Amino acid sequence: MQKQIEGSRAVAEAVALCRPEVICAYPISPQTHIVEGLGELVKSGTLTPCEFINVESEFAAMSVAIGASAAGARSYTATASQGLLFMAEAIYNASGLGLPIVMTVANRAIGAPINIWNDHSDSMSQRDCGWIQLFAESNQEALDLHIQAFKLGEELSMPVMVCMDGFILTHAYERVDMPTQAEVDAFLPGYEPRQVLDPADPVSIGAMVGPEAFMEVRYLAHAKQTMALERIPQIAGEFAQRFGRNSGGLVRAYRCEHAETIVVALGSVLGTLKDTVDELYSDGLKVGVLGIHSFRPFPLAAVRAALQGAKRVVVLEKSFSVGLGGVVSTDVRLALSGLQLHGYTVVAGLGGRAITKASLARTLREAIADKLQPLTFMDLDWRIVNRQLEREAATRRSGPIAENLLRDIGAVASKVH
Amino acid sequence: MTAPIKFYQTGTFTVGNRLLSPEQRSVQASPERNNSLNSGHRACQGCGEALGARYAVDAAMRATQGQLIAANATGCLEVFSTPYPETSWQLPWIHSLFGNAAAVGTGIAAAMKVKGRSNVRVIAQGGDGGTTDIGFGCLSGMFERNDDVLYICYDNEAYMNTGVQRSSATPAGARTATTMAVGAEPGAQFGQGKNLPLIAMAHEIPYVATATVADLRDLEAKVERAMGIHGARYLHILVPCPLGWGSASHDTIRLARLARESGLFPVFEAENGEVTSVTKIRHRVPVEEYLRPQKRFAHLFGPKGQIHMLERIQAQADRNIKRFGLLDLDAGDAQ
Repeated sequence: MQKQIEGSRAVAEAVALCRPEVICAYPISPQTHIVEGLGELVKSGTLTPCEFINVESEFAAMSVAIGASAAGARSYTATASQGLLFMAEAIYNASGLGLPIVMTVANRAIGAPINIWNDHSDSMSQRDCGWIQLFAESNQEALDLHIQAFKLGEELSMPVMVCMDGFILTHAYERVDMPTQAEVDAFLPGYEPRQVLDPADPVSIGAMVGPEAFMEVRYLAHAKQTMALERIPQIAGEFAQRFGRNSGGLVRAYRCEHAETIVVALGSVLGTLKDTVDELYSDGLKVGVLGIHSFRPFPLAAVRAALQGAKRVVVLEKSFSVGLGGVVSTDVRLALSGLQLHGYTVVAGLGGRAITKASLARTLREAIADKLQPLTFMDLDWRIVNRQLEREAATRRSGPIAENLLRDIGAVASKVH
Repeated sequence: MTAPIKFYQTGTFTVGNRLLSPEQRSVQASPERNNSLNSGHRACQGCGEALGARYAVDAAMRATQGQLIAANATGCLEVFSTPYPETSWQLPWIHSLFGNAAAVGTGIAAAMKVKGRSNVRVIAQGGDGGTTDIGFGCLSGMFERNDDVLYICYDNEAYMNTGVQRSSATPAGARTATTMAVGAEPGAQFGQGKNLPLIAMAHEIPYVATATVADLRDLEAKVERAMGIHGARYLHILVPCPLGWGSASHDTIRLARLARESGLFPVFEAENGEVTSVTKIRHRVPVEEYLRPQKRFAHLFGPKGQIHMLERIQAQADRNIKRFGLLDLDAGDAQ
């Protein structure tokens, strides 16, 4: 059924269609509307049977989900940013125990300085935690990925993060096609746990493991992710067959076939990128876009296959490894190992800085001319950066950085270039 | 009662279980007991926690007819009971993290409720570090929501698993690896140990109780009482630790008794925020009698002793006695 609704509401309704049995809710922008929507569905009796638990922290949210999942219940929560970091210990624990919890991450920057707007720093910080990480390009895909995530996670006994851009997707009202309960039921079977806390068959879960088996347990988590590399496209295919649209998969290429330059990106910026390369195309510039929809497992082979015919690759990322540069770029380079091509990392959109078509077109034209720096910070305001550097050189007690920069900018603290 | 019995020690059950009616016999007296924490685990000799856990969990198993799931915090109890690939636990048991046992318990209880298996009950358990410090947020959340979980704290008054460091349950004066017995004021100088039973009561939860391994029948009875109630419940058990306290392995039960008899560890029950019963002190002892056998307090005694600290600890005991009414004034043993 076609609906014109907020992205968060679409995700809430899609999650409800998956019949979760335990939902843990803790507020943090920009995720909050999702759990609010689910809470309403539970309290009104629309989603039943389901326990909706208002927890006291994100750490508790994941911990309650761990207990519920280990006791055999389909479990869900959602978070973002600081919340994801606050639950980090439990995130590793959930994947280490092999509990197929599904969690939405409404991607948001991490402070300090505190910032509620979108980038990918939060989920990227949990890159190595053992969770499958799927990235949604649109609200429709976010909705669809949740339905696929429960199926994928439960098959493999691995937890899945569905990452969707905070505000850009979560708060955008768009038309989405909401499946029916019968359609979702036919696609997603009930949860059959591999391990369960049950008095009828007592097991101990979470024993201490020493050097004799720890590596093997960790390897098996990797083996599961390797299996996910096969299952993700299969599940996306099955989804397309039943629901009539392409969502998910490992990577999706746009105009890549004869492209000399390919831009690699994740999430909602793919839409802006496609519009941008359409315009470049009409100028005769052969630029394609490769969207990565599964960041973990990282589809090395699929990325290599998509990029190997190009002359240059630009990785556009909303994440940043301080002291190195790109996060996604490192993985893309691994996929391209041995290939001779120009590689560029463009860090953009941190803390919600708008990524405009104009800036993208300018940056891509520089890349095509091979005039781009290997590591570029798109639309960085060098003026205030340099002023702060000068201030620090001149005075020992130069004061708090963020506040200095805000003072330099003046009254308009947030602006679109 | 099967027969009227002359009790030589009134108010106790030490006359022997076989003389009691079956419903009054201890869980451990029955060959049918579950042995939830089975033999073969790696606890130290004289471990109060192992003793307390076996009695508590077995009592909970009997009270629920074996329909019980346990969540365990990281700590001695977790480590000594599950050296991979062995486990001592004869019930479904999960260890997740140090600070989240109460929340994991909440999750299990929610799963049981949603699956229509509310007869399956949940306990969560941890040491004092996992309860009063790192797990405090999750515990308070579980209390506040009144989730159907019995949380059991085995309090040995420090982080024993990591090598005897101070926790917020460490009493004043005690030597630990992080409150060293050196300097002008040796040992822990601040506080009196975070009083979690009182904090639990402040949440107005249905049931809060304290117990020690000196009176195991009382411990069993409190577990049984707790399992007869739904909602958040808290049981705080004093479990002496020979390693951390520097006491003899054979003194575990004696020290637990002295903690109670000195007034330092009040044994009581509370329902909905109100104290409903206290275990009276039978033979009051000065705190010194409890402190002396423990090497963690050795610096308080001798020529360079810390008289002011001993006085401070005695004052805490006196305050407990007054606050909880631990002395039976009618028995003539009041001050």
